[in-house]
Amino acid sequence: MAVPRTTTVTRVRRQLPTSPWLFAAPGLLIAGAFVLYPFLSTLANSFTDRRTLIPGRFVGLANYREMLHDDMFWIGLRNSTLYVLGVVPALVVLPLLLALLVRKNIPGITFFRSAFYTPVVASIVVVGLIWVWLLDERGLINSLLETIGVGRVGFLSDQWLLLLSAMAVTVWKGLGYYMIIYLAALAGVPRELHEAAAVDGAGAVRRFLTVTVPAVRSTMVLVGALSSVAAFKVFSEVYLMAGPSGGPAGEDTTLVMLVQRTGTGLTGRVGYASALSVVVFAVTVALMLLVLRADRKEERV
Amino acid sequence: MSVLEKVRPERKPAPAREPRVTDEHGRRVRVGELALRYVLLLAVLALTVGPFLWQLSTSLKGPTEDIYSSPPSFLPGDPTLHNYERVADTVPVWDYALNSLKVAGANVVTNCVGSALAGYALARLRYRGRRAATLAFVLAMLVPVEGIIIAQFTTMRELGLNNTLVGVVLPGCVGAMNVLLMRNAFLNLPYEIEEAAFVDGAHVWQRFLRIALPSVKGTLAVVAIFAFMGAWDDFLWPLIVLSDPSKFTLTIGLNYLHGTFANDERLVAAGTVIAVAPLIALFACLQRYFFRGVGEGAVKG
Repeated sequence: MAVPRTTTVTRVRRQLPTSPWLFAAPGLLIAGAFVLYPFLSTLANSFTDRRTLIPGRFVGLANYREMLHDDMFWIGLRNSTLYVLGVVPALVVLPLLLALLVRKNIPGITFFRSAFYTPVVASIVVVGLIWVWLLDERGLINSLLETIGVGRVGFLSDQWLLLLSAMAVTVWKGLGYYMIIYLAALAGVPRELHEAAAVDGAGAVRRFLTVTVPAVRSTMVLVGALSSVAAFKVFSEVYLMAGPSGGPAGEDTTLVMLVQRTGTGLTGRVGYASALSVVVFAVTVALMLLVLRADRKEERV
Repeated sequence: MSVLEKVRPERKPAPAREPRVTDEHGRRVRVGELALRYVLLLAVLALTVGPFLWQLSTSLKGPTEDIYSSPPSFLPGDPTLHNYERVADTVPVWDYALNSLKVAGANVVTNCVGSALAGYALARLRYRGRRAATLAFVLAMLVPVEGIIIAQFTTMRELGLNNTLVGVVLPGCVGAMNVLLMRNAFLNLPYEIEEAAFVDGAHVWQRFLRIALPSVKGTLAVVAIFAFMGAWDDFLWPLIVLSDPSKFTLTIGLNYLHGTFANDERLVAAGTVIAVAPLIALFACLQRYFFRGVGEGAVKG
């Protein structure tokens, strides 16, 4: 030891009280100023009539009462809820099937795994615009439909078809991501189970339902939780495909689109948009708890 | 947790003298099943990568070529880069790309530095308030961005940073999840080496830079890649904070291009190719870290 021990200890001791906080300071500052403080100010603002350029005053529950009579709020809540119901089952099941497909190490499989992940890497704006063009009245999909004699479909002009198309795009973009999560889970399934089931004469479908599904059940819950929270907060897909005003008569507006439209810009109604944000936050937390509770209940059985 | 690393050790390369395809358990795969697998793989490939190729094909079609033909022509008859010149004449697309690069580059640097420092403080340094600091990051990670975006916007206005690139970077510049990822990485290192260095008289800063940091390069690479991808692909926040078209990032610029010149599909296609090409290149080079990030992010997120 080159340095005498006594001086080392005093030097280290002298540094200890300050340096840990210096290390953590940048991170804490950002988390505090741009996440935790905005969260508290969202709660506080939801009880005021604050606007972007006007400080606002306390109005109690007026924003929440207004919400109950706001048609746009109910449309947004309906669409975001439908989005969860439409997207989550597909994103829990399809990536699992895909993971089973790319699981075996047959020649070229690394290429396929990577290729299936490409939509995850692309920006949602790129993905949205690619599909706007594919689903266009005169786009590729309608050309193909016309060629085979089905005729053209107004994917982007009908209120419900538009929402459905946006859901399909969300699923398309998420497939590869959840596929990778399932692939990790499948790697941990003991092969003896499969072999025993095969010996017992179980077919592929039966083995999938009785061996694979129970083995990756906790991963399915995780994927369900992640995808339902993400689906409820949907913004970009619908914004790009339906336009900023939310499709025909605004009928395709989602809750986060409504938050963005209401609260931003120079005339933004910050108070009301904050109340809407609180609803987004509350539903998100509720969805998480719901999925986790469903998981625990099933475990008890 | 890396998926590929988990899957890889199971691969058993076929012996050279007896070429045959085996599954992950080392059993032979039947030819019929193998053919079915490849057919399915190719179908999914067409579905996931096809849309990108169609966009590329559209962007290369000249002004005289019919892009709406039915049946569609998949390859450009006379490929040309004309649309890439035109998109740069219509909107300053290269400035947008530069803005995106600045935002993404800054996001990488701040996230790597900030989360490594804070993660080290949370994992290694002994000080009062450490648990409170950890809790702050956990809470910050759980708050959904969409729920606080209006408050972030008003905070940015109060700081006078709306409509600047600094304002785009700031809220996400030290992600709470990245801090916790780095914390876990540091926690997984054996403590004895650092203890030895401590006894040898190395102070906090030396132990951090010379010993701990070089051992968590892998996690740091994951943080860097996801910081780059997150900033490059982000849409909602830059859409809210940027209003001056000269400051747009690529995603906002594409949305602007689409909204203003919606009828010119060739231009939009060229723009989306410019936006997505760098990320696909990055992904092609650094796949391992992309997949590893999915595993770590899913478990923690």
